[in-house]
Order: sequence, then C-alpha cells, then structure tokens
Amino acid sequence: MAPRTMFEKVWADHAIGDDLLYIDLHLVHEVTSPQAFEGLRLAGRPLRRPDRTLATADHNVPTGPGQPDELSRAQLAALKRNCEQFGVPLYALGHARQGIVHVIGPELGVTQPGMTIVCGDSHTSTHGALGALAFGIGTSEVEHVLATQTLTQRRPKTMLISYQGALGIGCTAKDLILGTIAQIGTDGAGGHVVEYAGEAIRALSMEARMTVANMSIEAGAKAGMIAPDETTFAYLEGRPGVPPDFAAAVQRWRTLASDPDAGYDHTIVVDVPALAPQVSWGTNPGQVVPITGSVPEPRDDSDQRALAYMDLRAGTPMQEIAVDRVFLGSCTNGRIEDLRAAAEVVRGRRVAATVSAMVVPGSAHVKAEAEREGLDEVFRSAGFDWRGAGCSMCLGMNPDILAPGERCASTSNRNFEGRQGRGGRTHLLSPAMAAAAAVTGRLTDVRELVGS
Amino acid sequence: MKPVRVISGNVAALDRADVDTDQIIPKQFLKRIERSGFGEYLFWDWFREPGFPLNRIEFHGAPILAAGRNFGSGSSREHAPWALQDYGYEAIVAPSFSDIFRSNCTKIGLLPVELPEDAVRELLDRAPDAATIDLERLIVTLPSGREVAFEIEADARERLLNGWDEIALTEQRIVEIERYEAERERDGPNTLTV
Ligand code: SF4
Repeated sequence: MAPRTMFEKVWADHAIGDDLLYIDLHLVHEVTSPQAFEGLRLAGRPLRRPDRTLATADHNVPTGPGQPDELSRAQLAALKRNCEQFGVPLYALGHARQGIVHVIGPELGVTQPGMTIVCGDSHTSTHGALGALAFGIGTSEVEHVLATQTLTQRRPKTMLISYQGALGIGCTAKDLILGTIAQIGTDGAGGHVVEYAGEAIRALSMEARMTVANMSIEAGAKAGMIAPDETTFAYLEGRPGVPPDFAAAVQRWRTLASDPDAGYDHTIVVDVPALAPQVSWGTNPGQVVPITGSVPEPRDDSDQRALAYMDLRAGTPMQEIAVDRVFLGSCTNGRIEDLRAAAEVVRGRRVAATVSAMVVPGSAHVKAEAEREGLDEVFRSAGFDWRGAGCSMCLGMNPDILAPGERCASTSNRNFEGRQGRGGRTHLLSPAMAAAAAVTGRLTDVRELVGS
Repeated sequence: MKPVRVISGNVAALDRADVDTDQIIPKQFLKRIERSGFGEYLFWDWFREPGFPLNRIEFHGAPILAAGRNFGSGSSREHAPWALQDYGYEAIVAPSFSDIFRSNCTKIGLLPVELPEDAVRELLDRAPDAATIDLERLIVTLPSGREVAFEIEADARERLLNGWDEIALTEQRIVEIERYEAERERDGPNTLTV
C-alpha cells in the first residue's frame, strides 16, 4: 500500500462512499444545538446514536455568584430538556464533570486517537492533539449528525507544519502556535488538515499539544492533528472513557502515525529557537509580535483599522503597553498545567493595583484539582478572582466582559473586535505571560520575572 | 430550503478582509434558541459606527454582498449566515471564505461565491451596480458585462438548485450507514456509561 498520512488513515477508516464521513463522537453544547434539536422534533426524527453523543453547558454559564439572565436560563433549560427527550448524557452546571467541551473530552478519555469527533464549535480542533480527526461544524450539520451520525464531506487537503529545534526558556505551546499563525496568516491553512510534527511537538506535554491543536482554526485550518505517542497513551491510561482492553487499543493507536514517506499537499517549516514569547497587538490572531518587539507599522487597511481599534501607535514597545484586566482560562489555556505555569509566576507576588485579574478553570475537574494543589490560594492571595468553570470572558456571553476601552491580557484564542466585550481590547498570550502582566500591570517578558 | 438558481440585483460593498463571525453576529445574540429573526442584529456594532459602508442608502435592499478575503472567519456559529440571510442577502461574493462559514451557507441556501480578486474588486468599486449570479451555469456577470466563472462542490450545487434537505438525502443511504456500523465501527467510548 502507498504510504499514507495519519489524516488519510483516519479518513479512510471513516469514509462511507466518497462523500460521507462516519462520526465516532459528537459533542454538544447549549449555544449551537437548540435549533438542531428543534429541527429533529419538527421532522419527527430520532437521534441516531445517543451513546456517541455527549453534552455539556459551558459557553453561557455563570462562573461567579449571581444568576444567569432570563435568556441564558432559557437556553440552559432548553439543553436540559433536549438531552432528556433524546437520551443524551449531559454534564450540566453543578455536575462534577461540567466544563468547556474541549477540556472535558480529553479529560474524560472519550477523546481518543484515530476517532472522528465533531462539535458545533470551531475549537473542536483541540481534540486533534490526541490524533483524532476533529473539527467544528455549524448547526445544520449538528442536526445532520444527530440524525444520521454522519456528515457529507469532501476530502480536505493536507499540510505538514514541521517544527525544527527546541523551545527556549519561558516559551510555551502558546508561543509556538501564535508564532505559527503570525508566520502563515489567518487563512494560511485554509482548506487543509494540518499535522503538527517535529522535535518541539514531541517534547510537549499532552495538555500543551492541545493548546497547539486548539488554535488550528485561527490559521484557517479544517483540523489539526498530532500523532499519538507514549505521551498520549500515558495521558489516556486510567481515564473513565478509555477502552477496557487498553493495551490492545494502544497497539491499534500505534499504527496511526503518518508513514515515513507519506506526502502532503503543503509543507511549512517553523524555526522554533527563533521564537520569543509572543503577544498579539491587533484584532486578528495573525497580528502577533514577539514581546521583545514593538507595535508594527501598518501594512494595509486591516492593520490601520486594528491599530485604531486597539488605540496603539506603531513603534510603541510591546512592554510599555499597560493592561486593565487579565483573563486566565479558555479551551486554549484553561487546563491544570496552564494554571500551574501561571501560579509559578504569581507565587509570592501581587496583582498590580491597576489590574483586575481572574482565573477561570476550564472544567470543574480542573478546578477541583487546582484546589487540591492549593493553586486557588496562590491566586487568591495574590489578588486574583477565582471562578467556576466555563468559557467566561473568552467570548463574554455571560456577565464576564470587558468594558469599552478596557485592555486585557488574555490566554484565550481570539482578539477580534469586541470578542471579550464591546469596545474591549484583547492581547493574546501564554498563561505565564498573562501572570506576568497581572503582577506588573503591563505586557511583560516573563523571562525577566522568572529569571530574577 | 428554497431552491437557488439565479440571483440578480444590486451589490452592497464591504471592502474589508477577515470579517469574522463575531462581527457578523456578536455573542449577546447567541442566547436565542430560535433560528429566525437574526437579521436585525447583523453587524450590530459596526452598523452603529459612523461611516459603516452598509449604512449607505444605495446599498439597502441589495441581494448581493461583496467583501474582502477570508470572509466569515472565526467561530462556527451558523447564526452568522442566518443573520445575513434574514437581513436580505442571497449571495456573498469574496476572494475566499473560511471553510466552516462557507459550508454553513450552503446548508441554508445562502450562496457563497468565490471569485478572483480582480472580479471582486470590480464589484466593490462599482457597487451598488448590479450583478447576476447564475448557479446553473456557474457564471457571474459583473456590472461591466464581463462574465466570470466560479466553482462550487457538485453536490452542494445540486442541493441548492433543487432546494433539497440534506438530511433526507443522507437518510436514503441508511443501509450503507448501518453496514458501516455493523462491519467497521470500533469500540468507541460509550458516552452513556462513562
Ligand atoms: S473557551 Fe472560548 S473558544 Fe473555547 S469553546 Fe469556549 S468560547 Fe469557544
């Protein structure tokens, strides 16, 4: 047989004819599903595979005290009603396993190598970190999967992003992926399934790999995948969702990696040692510079508009930019290792008087784990707000939003205009960098803090 | 879904690249559980900015929206195409679209048309001058009269031309799906017993 990429193997395993793809796992949340369930009801269709469907409430849940508004309550109630009616297991608010859909999949071990996974959410690419083919879909497609457990799909193209060399001190998976998007652009991987490979990827922990795969969509990719290896198997072992015969599953998963001579439609090389910690300056995730750099000269109308929206002037050193808020959380950087990395910087320091900072764990499980380790105390005593699990200020559907004009150092994935609140200004960065910004009150090269 | 064949009429111009779905329909409107009525929230913040191009009176009522590259990037929210369609657009023309947005459009009968930069430039520069999009012939006639070909997946075109329900089409292949489940399905995680 001709050599095949990991993507090609998973695709072939799930193709029905040349245009249907079988879906192994369908993750559901409150915001993009109500119209799909309603569609099933109107057509009198059953849900084909409740045993391959899992729901949680994350986008629109409160993470602090106080009740959700009436519309939000109605949306959460609709999810509950729909899951009951169609027999879908639901991890609702208050459940010990509730959390951001892309955090709980891997955490439960229901995300496994070689699977096809979809969700009505663009960051579904996160699950590709374990060697699954995982991508976001719209509500019509959610309904299609609920009804048929398949999707009509045309085979995407393939792209290899090859990371050469190792990450420097103070640089993380977030810097790797932000640097990549800055290099190839927000549509640089459009129409492609990306495979991330190379020394720097192999060296990443499982959770750090999720940060990389998570932001595939920010480069326009259909999905992002990382070949499963010992790191993956060790992460999965013992989790509730894994196959009972784990050893046999590992044997099967070992065959998934791309064959040595497999070809890709495109290949991109990233020079990893050249990367400093990264931070975004503009209003799309490709507008990124090293923290040691300055706000760049605008090259086009988009850049001009971004500078005006962000209230920045070309030439200003990034480290002189003061922030009002710090948000630590999201499906990109809301896992336990992210909280540990931030706590490491925060320990023994205090949040600057001019800054309001919050930590929102990615899941109830992450929150409990952090509290077991005493991280909540580290954050609280430094002046951080310690919250419940959810998407929170990553998209600001709940009351956690920026006020107009406020500037935020955020570990999330999108710096679009108004993403974190109308008129709010977002700078994307890693958890350690967010922690550094919280204690100094401005964008800061974390290497200066941890070095001292 | 209503069949789509020929869309003809004025062009509204939004000469911006990377228009993301957060701009098309901001998050505060995603709390609604209905599928209709999103048009009044379209470009909510941008419509409130002085000088926003789509506020220009000559663009009102245009069935075709022309925009810059990477239109519809970001979130997978289908609320974005719902809002564009509910507002009155029948087709969006751009040099490129994000994958999810493009696919979402074809599911609801909003036609995404990818044209070369120079053709989109003509539409943007001459807007509101009218254009015609013919899905049967896969041809756009620009205001100058020049005809430009475009491509769309054959199955999506067929569905759009006939207004077919995609789920009903797949249901006709239920035997194939059952055979897959019987022969090739792996022991995946059972979400009911985790
Ligand atoms: S954390 Fe943000 S990006 Fe992730 S699923 Fe929630 S809203 Fe989407």
